Amino acid sequence: MSKMMLKTEGDKYVVVTRHFAASPESVYRAHTDPNLIQRWLLGPDGWTMPVCISEARPHGKIRYEWTDGKGGGFYLTGEYLELEPFSRIVHVERMHMPDPTPDSRVETRFDADGAGTMMTMRMTLPDIETRARMLATGMEHGMEASYVRLESIL
Amino acid sequence: MPTLDAAFSALSDPTRRAILARLVIGEATVLELAKPFKMTQPAISQHLKVLEGAGLIVRRIEGTRRPCRLAKPGLDEVDRWLAMLRSALEKNYDRLDHVLAEMKPEKLRGKR
Repeated sequence: MSKMMLKTEGDKYVVVTRHFAASPESVYRAHTDPNLIQRWLLGPDGWTMPVCISEARPHGKIRYEWTDGKGGGFYLTGEYLELEPFSRIVHVERMHMPDPTPDSRVETRFDADGAGTMMTMRMTLPDIETRARMLATGMEHGMEASYVRLESIL
Repeated sequence: MPTLDAAFSALSDPTRRAILARLVIGEATVLELAKPFKMTQPAISQHLKVLEGAGLIVRRIEGTRRPCRLAKPGLDEVDRWLAMLRSALEKNYDRLDHVLAEMKPEKLRGKR
């Protein structure tokens, strides 16, 4: 049941669902507490997040800075819009590569599911230009191999 | 997709992005594309050449017309982006499983 599901909703949204063997409270805290976020929201192997700001309140700021330890890196900024402990978070975010991408609104839900939690994240699908830029960045940072591998599975 | 750099540079132009958006609806000739964009046919042809070179569109010959349409690899770009997102998220959530397991030692009830 831990398999992640990712599907598009029309050409506007991406919806990701994933089950976790922990309470909604724990999963919610892992999404809002900077000390916890820094341990898992990292992307490809070898990346770290030396700077993590997460002010979990309405209008609170978000800033994640990633580095590959070899001089490569980028950052994300955002703001929290709505927080319903421990069931729902709405925030906006943008990547800086280094120019900012258009704002993306992300809604994350945490629903009790048996002894664990079903997380549902719904985000705006970036426009074609943003996707091209992110793909180009991803390739620069050596993600090519991982998504070529995944393409053969998809 | 051997031409990501070319695709990336082709997409950097707003007119070429608009042409692609138009082609999502269906095939179009240079003449049909020139009209809404209020551009000359040679100017549109130049943009089409860049898009074709980047593998984003293909053109076929139909008598004297050369209608163009979106190339499959261009459409796969969304899938490529989603695959990159999927790869990053799967790694993240596998790590989150471990973080969550360490967050609740009190619930292990003296296991081991």
